[in-house]
Amino acid sequence: MNPDLSKLDITIAVTGLKTGDNPQPGVPVIRSIRSAGFTGKMVGLVYDSLESGIYLDDLVDQVYQMPYPSAGADAFLNRLDQILERTQLDVIVPTLDSEVILYIRLAEELKRRGIHTFLPTEECFLLRDKTKLESFFVPQGVPVPKTVLLTSISQLNTLHEEIGYPCFIKGRYYEAFKAGTWEEAVKHFYDIQSRWGLPLLAQQIVPGEEYNIVIVGDGEGGTIGMVPQKKLVITDKGKGFGGVVVKSPSLEEFARKIISILKWRGPCELEIIRGYDGTHYLIEINPRFPAWVRLAEGSGQNQPAAVVLKALGQKVDELPACKTGTMFVRHAEDIIADISVMGEVSAKSELIRR
Amino acid sequence: MNTEKLSNLAMNDNGFIFDPESGYSYTANETGIFILKRMAAGMKQQEIFEQLSEVYDVSEDNFNSDYSHYMLMLEALGLVAFEGGSLESGSE
Repeated sequence: MNPDLSKLDITIAVTGLKTGDNPQPGVPVIRSIRSAGFTGKMVGLVYDSLESGIYLDDLVDQVYQMPYPSAGADAFLNRLDQILERTQLDVIVPTLDSEVILYIRLAEELKRRGIHTFLPTEECFLLRDKTKLESFFVPQGVPVPKTVLLTSISQLNTLHEEIGYPCFIKGRYYEAFKAGTWEEAVKHFYDIQSRWGLPLLAQQIVPGEEYNIVIVGDGEGGTIGMVPQKKLVITDKGKGFGGVVVKSPSLEEFARKIISILKWRGPCELEIIRGYDGTHYLIEINPRFPAWVRLAEGSGQNQPAAVVLKALGQKVDELPACKTGTMFVRHAEDIIADISVMGEVSAKSELIRR
Repeated sequence: MNTEKLSNLAMNDNGFIFDPESGYSYTANETGIFILKRMAAGMKQQEIFEQLSEVYDVSEDNFNSDYSHYMLMLEALGLVAFEGGSLESGSE
């Protein structure tokens, strides 16, 4: 059975309200929580006054701007304490890669303030880092494409011997570009480095089909929910703007093995390639819900609602099987608002609607 | 011929076919879907011809030729596999 949040009189905060061409998962996470019957207060925690979800009248009751994770724990806690003077926060669902580690490290501080999360341990979180995937998972029988950690441009000189071209040049957190030659690799190296810094990664390209799986791990090696999809529409940034739920026992078994090895607690997204020889390869583990998480709810598994209950320490049974063939197509729409809404967030770093 | 994969396909009467394992979808015309549904149900080439010829005006030679082409297409899409690697050795 899917979680029913209609009796829950609490305040839930969600981060990452930007939609658009590189959408963050906050808006769909909130929609799923609402569709589980939640009528309590919903708070959006944003980093930027132009995160589009701020401007949706019916999405969040209050918006608070947060310092970027790079500002550190003190700045984060100070801002949180200011917010707590205005409103209690009972559960926070962080949805952005770069902030999750902060929430994990500050879990005790948050708990002391009455804030609950459902996240993995720090050790577990670090094991899924792109730089560690190959060394950790391959010895455990989980194939991972050959990966080279790049800390200097000179390493590209030997890339043709180590993994060969074409390969992917990836940022540690975001972005990946295909490089067919040394020249292209150099260009992508500088591009990504200028935006996200070092280290970068070079990864072997495995020919095959890509699948993405949204999962909530129970922290003991099992899964509370699992929905695999095949992207149907891919933008020039490589984002899936359409997808369909698939059913593949071998893919699911592979995903369960990964979750069981990590004893993952909380939401995550696995990126997996099924090679043309049928071998599955783990490409990435993203430590949060993906922006397409509403497909999980639409196919019968309200995973964000399950995470809210788990954060509160409640027992949640394994979610019902997802309906194969359920699809999504992402639709972009203009939101019309008065400039004063932006002014409110920019000047006061908050917006109180209700 | 191994047609096991066909039994997992979702097919509707409009000719839309969805492979739930790969996530791929295909379209087939009226006769294409007629044949595919019967293959998925385990029918052999001769049996399918007999049923098809009750509905459509088609000679056995034409049917056999088109059927072979169709099987090659299905094989290229990974939906059927010819045991022994060739159409001849696998066709009934």
